[in-house]
Formats: sequence, structure tokens, C-alpha cells
Amino acid sequence: MPVIETAKGPEWRLRNQREALTRWSFWLVGVVVFLWCWARISEATTWFFVWDAPSIAGDIFERATPPRWSYMDNLWLPIWDTLNIATLGTIGALILAVPVAFLAARNTTPSALFIRPIALLIIVSTRSINSLIWALLLIAIIGPGVFAGIVAIAIRSIGFCAKLLYEAIEEIDHTQVEAITATGASRWQVMVYGIVPQIMPAFAGISVFRWDINIRESTVLGLVGAGGIGLQLQASLNTLAWPQVSLILLVILAAVVLSEWVSAKVRGAII
Amino acid sequence: MNVTSTRDASPTLEEMVGTRWRRPPLVQRVWLRYALLIGFAAYLVAAIASVEVDWLRVYQGLDRGAAFVMAFAKPDFVSRADAIWNGMVESIVITVASSVVGILISIPIALGAARNIAPVPIYMICRGIIAVSRALQEIIVAILLVAIFGFGPLAGFLTLSFATIGFLSKLLAEDIESMDRSQAEAVRATGARWSQWIDYGVKPQVIPRLIGLSMYRVDINFRESAILGLVGAGGIGATLNTAFDRYEYDTAAAILLLIIGIVMALEYLSGLIRARVQ
Repeated sequence: MPVIETAKGPEWRLRNQREALTRWSFWLVGVVVFLWCWARISEATTWFFVWDAPSIAGDIFERATPPRWSYMDNLWLPIWDTLNIATLGTIGALILAVPVAFLAARNTTPSALFIRPIALLIIVSTRSINSLIWALLLIAIIGPGVFAGIVAIAIRSIGFCAKLLYEAIEEIDHTQVEAITATGASRWQVMVYGIVPQIMPAFAGISVFRWDINIRESTVLGLVGAGGIGLQLQASLNTLAWPQVSLILLVILAAVVLSEWVSAKVRGAII
Repeated sequence: MNVTSTRDASPTLEEMVGTRWRRPPLVQRVWLRYALLIGFAAYLVAAIASVEVDWLRVYQGLDRGAAFVMAFAKPDFVSRADAIWNGMVESIVITVASSVVGILISIPIALGAARNIAPVPIYMICRGIIAVSRALQEIIVAILLVAIFGFGPLAGFLTLSFATIGFLSKLLAEDIESMDRSQAEAVRATGARWSQWIDYGVKPQVIPRLIGLSMYRVDINFRESAILGLVGAGGIGATLNTAFDRYEYDTAAAILLLIIGIVMALEYLSGLIRARVQ
């Protein structure tokens, strides 16, 4: 902590001049970048619509209330589809993620030089692309419908599940593995009796956690045509049927809250 | 774990000698294990039966799938360079602006949502804001905001700012709640004002976590900004959507590679920064 000698005696400061200057210029650059970004957004905005926004929002709210409860009859099947997309997608993702995780973990990978980077690449690339984009792509390839949604969710979740799982594998207690190896167990037996029991709680936690996220994501997959309740949302939005939109949004909200509750309960029971 | 109860339930060593060892099951109670298994199997059968798959369509699509995979080998950055450039810049602009605004707003809300700092009424309000922001997904908020504010990056910017608040405030509030009380107490004992108490007692303890979380959120915001264009909220998503609609897989592959590249770079950068501050 620098002390600056002034006429009135020594003065205590938090930073010396150079540190203060560096910080100050850092903030200046930050503010300039932000203002430039804001200017670009502002340029691309029709401000007339923005000033008009409160009345439009009020108008939409007025039209959207009360929700059209009778439309609920048409929603049970899409809800079932949404649940299936999330659950089957998660199962598919786990089946694909387990081998990837074992290949990516430093202590189980067959080759740290060649196979591990490939596994890490799979993890990064599946994780960085949103499930809606995967769905767009799969619809172009295998046609619209629930199946495209399931595959999209499955691919998108590989990276997430495999990343958390391989971190769990890397953190296992090595003495247990050594003990199993010392009994003369084969590579697979070491896997089943030494490694798997240690990562089982993490595995269960990850699956439920991802299932919760997938419920959330599968509710909107229909916007691009990949099945589920999003299809109804898109149709209602296109026909400006706001009472139906508000009902669907309420259903989605309920599904999200419910799945989060289930996931929290199950994880609490496991861990 | 309760030691005595497990000792009662499990057999003694004398009883176990000579018997074959079995792996302990994940679910201890027998009826629950079978009920879960049967219930899950029944659900799986029902679920798979209800999914209609047009295998002929899937088979026909495999050609296009192969074409797409091949497109990754020779992505086309050039023929739509203008659209890609504009979309990418817009995505980055939305990411930066929404992260800054979101972080600035989420700090006071996090202070309000920390039980050990805020009085109960403020705590309830802030927790309410966080719950609403977390329950609504980005894309749905974007749809509503596009309907209200019109097409363009403003809707995307507002969406991501709103989403950032829920994410950052919740995690930051948890960090504040688990901070070391004695340091804050010591600062308060010097007769500090409330603002000084926050600045010297609380801030130094949570700043590393705040920086780490902010970097992580920038990363998420960029990924999300890539899809906002699908509903007209600006960014690279619109370009990507057009590329898919026109079956221009080489352009789509180029965009996806760019997104993956930027996400990887951001992740690396945030890893470096987090390692430095922690």
C-alpha cells in the first residue's frame, strides 16, 4: 500500500499512481466499447416503435387475458410429446456421453495424445451450438417432427453430460481402483468395480440435472418445427391468437417450475 | 450416515463368511427399486410407441446429412461474407451491451437477494425478480419483446440483459450469503456507513466470484445471441436460418464453425481470467 507524502503529512492510498492509471484506462476502454455497441444497437432500432411500446404492451396484455382455458384440450398431446423429447433425448445423450467421457478423462483415456483431443472437440462443439440450431439442422436432414427434436436434444446434451462426467471420473479415489487392479482384475472389471461405483452418484445427478434443462429447451423446440408444445405456440403466435399464447406460456412456466422441483428433489435424495 | 443403524441392518462378519459377495444396489429398498424399474420401463415403451418416425424420410435425408457433414470440410465463408460479417458483429454487440447492462443491474439485486444483508421485504422482491427471470426462457422473452419493440437488436439486447439478471443475481447472492461474516463485522465495528460496509466488508470477498461468473455469462450470452435471430431479435441467427432454408450447407457450416471458434476462444479467455482472479 503506497504512502504519499503531502504537506499535511503522509497520506494512505489504496493504489499507487501507476495502478490507478492502468485501472482508469481499462475502465475508459470498457466504457467506450460499451457506448459503441449501444450506438450500433440504437442505429438498428426504429425508435418510433420503442416509444410506442408501452401502449402496444398494454394492448397485447389486454388481448391475452384471460387465457383461453378451453384450448387446454389441444395441449395434452403436445405436453406428452415435450416430455418424451426431453426424456428420450436425455437417455440418448447419456448413452452417447458415457463413452465420450471415458475417452476424455485423463485417467481412463486410451490415448491422451490422439483420442482425448477428439473427445474434447466433440464435447466443445456439441455444447456450443444451441439445441434450436441443432433442431433446424436436423429438420433439414430428417424432416420435421418429434424425432428431430429428440435427436437435437440428444446431440446438444452430449457435451454437457460428458464434460461433467469426465470431471467426475478424473476426481475419483485412485486407491480403490488400485485395490481392484491388485486382485488381478481385467481392464473391464476395474471399470465396473473400481470406477463405476464411484461415479454413479455423479452420473445420476447429472442425468436429472440435464433432464430438467432439457424439459426447458424442448418446450421451445417446436418454434422451428421439431415437435412439442412449441408447435402450438408458433401456430398461435402466427394467427395472433393471444389468449392461446398466454395459456401456452402458463403451461410452459408450470412445466419448467415442476421439472425444476422434481430435479431438486431427486438430486437431494441421491446426494 | 448413521453408523448404528447400518450395523443393525447389515449382517455381521461371521454370517457373511462363505457367502458370495454381491454388489450393493443403488436403491436400497427392494419394492421401490422394482417399482421404479417397472414404472420407467412402462414409460419408455409408451413414449417410444408414441413417437412417429418416418424412416423412409430419415433414410432419404441421410444424403443431405452427408452433404452437410461434407460441407464442414469446405465451409464457404466468402459468398455470403457481408451477411455473415454483419450478423456476427451484431451478435457480439448484443453480447457486450447486454452483459454490461445485465451485470450492472444484477449487482444491486444480488445485494437485495442476500438474506444476511437485505431486510425481508427487499429480499422477497429481489428473489421474486430472480425467480421470474429464471423461469422464462430467453427465446420466449425474445418473442414477446420482438412483438412489443419491433424487430431488431434492441429486443435481443433487452432479452439477454433480463436473462443475465436472473443468472448472475442468484449465484452472486448465494456467494454473498456464504461469505465470512467476521470480516464484514470488523468493518462495521469501525463505524463504517452502509455503503462503506458493502465496499470494504462485502465487495472484496465476492469480487473474484463476480468476475468469474460474469465471464461465464458473457460466454452464455454469446451462445444465446446466436439463436435470437430465429425470432427476429437480431444477430447471426437470422443469417443461419436463411442459410438452412436455402440449403446452403457450406455457408451454414461456416457460420457454425465461427460460432464454435468464438465460444472456444471465450471459454479459454474466461478460464485464464478466472484462474488469475481466484
